[in-house]
Amino acid sequence: MAKQPRVAQAEQDPKVRATNFEEVSLGYTIEQAMLEASRCINCKNPRCVVQCPVSVKIPEFISLVKAGDIAAAAKVIAEDSSLPSVCGRVCPQEEQCEGACILGIKGESVAVGILERFVGDWARKNNVNTVSAMPSNGNKVAVVGSGPAGLACATDLAKLGYEVTIFEALHKPGGVLQYGIPEFRLPKDEVVAAEIANLTKLGVKIECDVVVGRTVTIQDLMDKEGYKAVFIGSGAGLPKFMNIGGENLNGVVSANEFLTRANLMHAYDDSYDTPIYTGSKVVVVGGGNVAMDAVRTAQRLGAESHIVYRRGEAELPARKEEIHHAKQEGIQFDMLTNPVEILGSSEGWVEAIRCVKMELGEPDASGRRSPQVVKGSEFDIECSLVIMALGTSPNPLIVSTTDNLESNKWGCIVADDSGATSRSGVFAGGDAVTGAATVILAMGAGRSAAAAIDTYIKNL
Amino acid sequence: MDIEAPRVAASAQPGQFVIVKVDEKGERIPLTICDYNREEGSVTIVTQVVGSSSQKICDIEEGEYIQNFVGPLGKPSEFIYENIEELKSKRVLFIAGGLGTAPVYPQVKWMKEQGVDCDVIIGAKTKSLVIFEEEMAAVAKNLYIATDDGSAGFKGLVTQKLKELIDNEGKMYDVVVAIGPMIMMKFVAITTKEYNIRTIVSLNSLMVDGTGMCGACRVSVGGKTYFTCVDGPEFDAHEVDFDEAMRRQGQFRTIEQRKAKAEQERREGHKCNIGLH
Ligand SMILES: Cc1cc2nc3c(=O)[nH]c(=O)nc-3n(C[C@H](O)[C@H](O)[C@H](O)COP(=O)(O)OP(=O)(O)OC[C@H]3O[C@@H](n4cnc5c(N)ncnc54)[C@H](O)[C@@H]3O)c2cc1C
Ligand code: SF4
Ligand code: FES
Repeated sequence: MAKQPRVAQAEQDPKVRATNFEEVSLGYTIEQAMLEASRCINCKNPRCVVQCPVSVKIPEFISLVKAGDIAAAAKVIAEDSSLPSVCGRVCPQEEQCEGACILGIKGESVAVGILERFVGDWARKNNVNTVSAMPSNGNKVAVVGSGPAGLACATDLAKLGYEVTIFEALHKPGGVLQYGIPEFRLPKDEVVAAEIANLTKLGVKIECDVVVGRTVTIQDLMDKEGYKAVFIGSGAGLPKFMNIGGENLNGVVSANEFLTRANLMHAYDDSYDTPIYTGSKVVVVGGGNVAMDAVRTAQRLGAESHIVYRRGEAELPARKEEIHHAKQEGIQFDMLTNPVEILGSSEGWVEAIRCVKMELGEPDASGRRSPQVVKGSEFDIECSLVIMALGTSPNPLIVSTTDNLESNKWGCIVADDSGATSRSGVFAGGDAVTGAATVILAMGAGRSAAAAIDTYIKNL
Repeated sequence: MDIEAPRVAASAQPGQFVIVKVDEKGERIPLTICDYNREEGSVTIVTQVVGSSSQKICDIEEGEYIQNFVGPLGKPSEFIYENIEELKSKRVLFIAGGLGTAPVYPQVKWMKEQGVDCDVIIGAKTKSLVIFEEEMAAVAKNLYIATDDGSAGFKGLVTQKLKELIDNEGKMYDVVVAIGPMIMMKFVAITTKEYNIRTIVSLNSLMVDGTGMCGACRVSVGGKTYFTCVDGPEFDAHEVDFDEAMRRQGQFRTIEQRKAKAEQERREGHKCNIGLH
C-alpha cells in the first residue's frame, strides 16, 4: 500500500486573499483530519511532546482524532493548553513538535499544528466544554497583561480555585494576539475572543483599561486590594527604531503602530474612525514575523509592498510558511539591503529610503553570517511609508513603579524558571522576562508561574 | 464633562492625561485631565471637535456611558515632586491657550492648595471662547485675559501680554508653564527664551495606545527622540522641536477631516450637547 502523504489544507487563492483580510489558511475538514491523524504512528517515546513547550499529549489527542472522537481530543489538549485554535495557527511547529516528529526524518512530519487547530475549532463550534474549575479557595491573585502568558497563568490558577483578575492596559484582551497578529492569520472575534471567553467561563475577571504602574500599582494591589500574589505578563511592547536620519518624518511608523491601527483599531474597516496611511509604496524594514505581518497588511491595504532586510534570504528569521505566503501574495524582497537614511519632502513626508547593499561575511560566534557594507553601493528606494519592524523590548513602566523588582540591562524582568522575581509574591513570565519570543513559550511560562504561585500561597 | 472613573480619580495627578474611546468604532483620543474628585471618584475632561471621534464624545449626554476610559497616563508635572518651600519662593506664571485652559486649572488649583501663588494668562480668539475664567480667578493670584480681537481683557496674543507684563509692569518669572495649541507653545518658548525663563510645555501629540507601545507620539527634545505618552507629556520648551511636533501632529488631518465631515453630514446639523465647539 502506498504511503499516505501529508494532507494539505486548503488556502485562499493568493491573488484574491492579497486584497482581503480574511483568513489565508482554511484548515481541515473532519475527513481530512482523520486521514492525516491516521499517519501518526503513536510513538512510545514521542519526540514531538518533548519539543512542545507546554507538553501537549500529542499522540493521545491525534489517536482520538483518528477514531473520530474530536470532543475527547479537545479535552486531552485542554489539559495542557487553553488556546488550541490560536496555537494551531501561530506556533512555529516546524521548530517544535513537527520539527521533531519521527516521520519527518525520512518524509513529511505529521501536521500536528493543523490537527490542533482543527480540534480547537471543532470544539468551539460544537460547544464542547473542556475545562472546569475547582470550588473557590478564597485567595485572590492578580494577573497583569492579557497576552498568552497572562491568559495561561489565569487559566491554571482558576482551575485550582483561585479568584483571578486580569488587568489589561488596552481596551481589548489578548495582548499580541489582539493588537499584533493580523486577522488574516488569526481571526479576532471568531478565535481570539472565543478562546478568551472560555476563561471568563472559569470565573476569571478581566478588567481592561487598567495600566498597572499608573492606574494602580502592584504594591496597592497587594496591600490595599488583598491580592496574595501577582503575575506579570506585560510582554515586550516597546518598539525599537534605527536612530538614522529622517526617522521622525511623517510616514515613518513602528510595526506596532501600523499593526495596532490595523488589528486592534480595525483601520482596514471603513466603518471605524481609525486613520491609517500607506500611500502607494510601502517599505518594511526587518525580516521577522512582525515584518511579514506588517508587509502583508500593507499589501492588503492596496500598496506595493517591499521587505528590506540586511541579510540574505536564508537568514530571514520569519517562519518559512510566512515568507512563502508573502511571496505568493506578491510581496517583493529586497535582500542584503540596509537603510542608512530616510529622505523627506519639503512638507516633511517620506519620499524615499536611502540604502546600501550588503554582503555576507564569515559566520560569527552565533553561526550567523554578519553582513558588511558594499562600498559605494548607496541607492534610493522611493516610497510613501516606511515601517520599522526591528524588534521590541519590555516596557519599563512596571519595573520603574515597583520597588525591589529587579530587571536586567535589556529591561527584562529577572525571574527564575518558576517565574519567581526578586520580590516576594510577585511572579513574571513571557516576553516581559525573555524579550520578544513566541506565544507558546509565553504560555509555558504562565503555566509554570501558576504552579509556583499555588505553592507560594499554600505555604503562606 | 465629569466621568465616573474611580480608579483613575484615585491616582490622577496634575499634568497627567487619559485616553478615551467612546464606542466600539471610535478612536483612542488623549485628553488632559482637567480636574478630579477622589471622594466622588470622578474625573473632569474637556474636548474639542477635531475628528469624528471627538465629535462623538461631544455628543454624549449626561448619564450615558463612554466605552473606554484609561488613565491616568504620562508623568505628573515635575513640580509635584518639588520641595514646597522652594516652590513657594518661585515666581510662577501659567499661560493657557484656548482649551488648554482646562488642564492648566488643576495645576493652579494644586499650587494654591500648597500655598503657592501663581499668575495666569488665558488667551483666546474672542471673549466667548474664554473658558474656566471664574474658576481660574478663584485660584490665581493675578489673572490676565488676552483676546485676539480685544473683546475681553488685553487685545493681542499671550506672548504680547507676557512681554508687556515684564517690560512695562515690572513683573518677572522664574518658571513659565504653557499649555495650549502647539503654535502658541512654540511662540511662548521663543519669547521666554529671550528673557531666559525656564519654560515647560505639555504636548498634545498624536497617540494610539498611550502606554509606550507604538511610538506614534514621538517628539524630538534636545535632539533626542522621546515618547510623549510615557516620557511626557511635559517637556522643557526650549528643547522641543516644535516644527517637527506640529508637522507630526497634522499627519492624519486630511483623513480625519474627511471622516468628520461625512459624520457631520450624516447627522444633519446636530448641535454639540455640552456647548463646546
Ligand atoms: C506582529 C507579531 C506577530 C507575531 N507572530 C507570532 C507567531 O506567528 N507565532 C508566535 O508564536 N509568536 C508570534 N509573535 C510573538 C508572540 O505574540 C509573543 O511572544 C507573545 O504574545 C508574548 O506573550 P506575552 O503574554 O508575554 O505578552 P503580550 O502578548 O505582549 O501581552 C502583554 C499584554 O500586557 C499588557 N500590558 C503591558 N503593560 C501593562 C501594564 N502596565 N498594565 C496592564 N497591562 C499591560 C499589554 O497591553 C498586552 O496586552 C508575534 C509578535 C508580534 C508582535
Ligand atoms: S513524533 Fe510524530 S509520529 Fe510520533 S507521536 Fe509525535 S506526531 Fe505522532
Ligand atoms: S501613544 Fe503609542 S507610544 Fe505613545
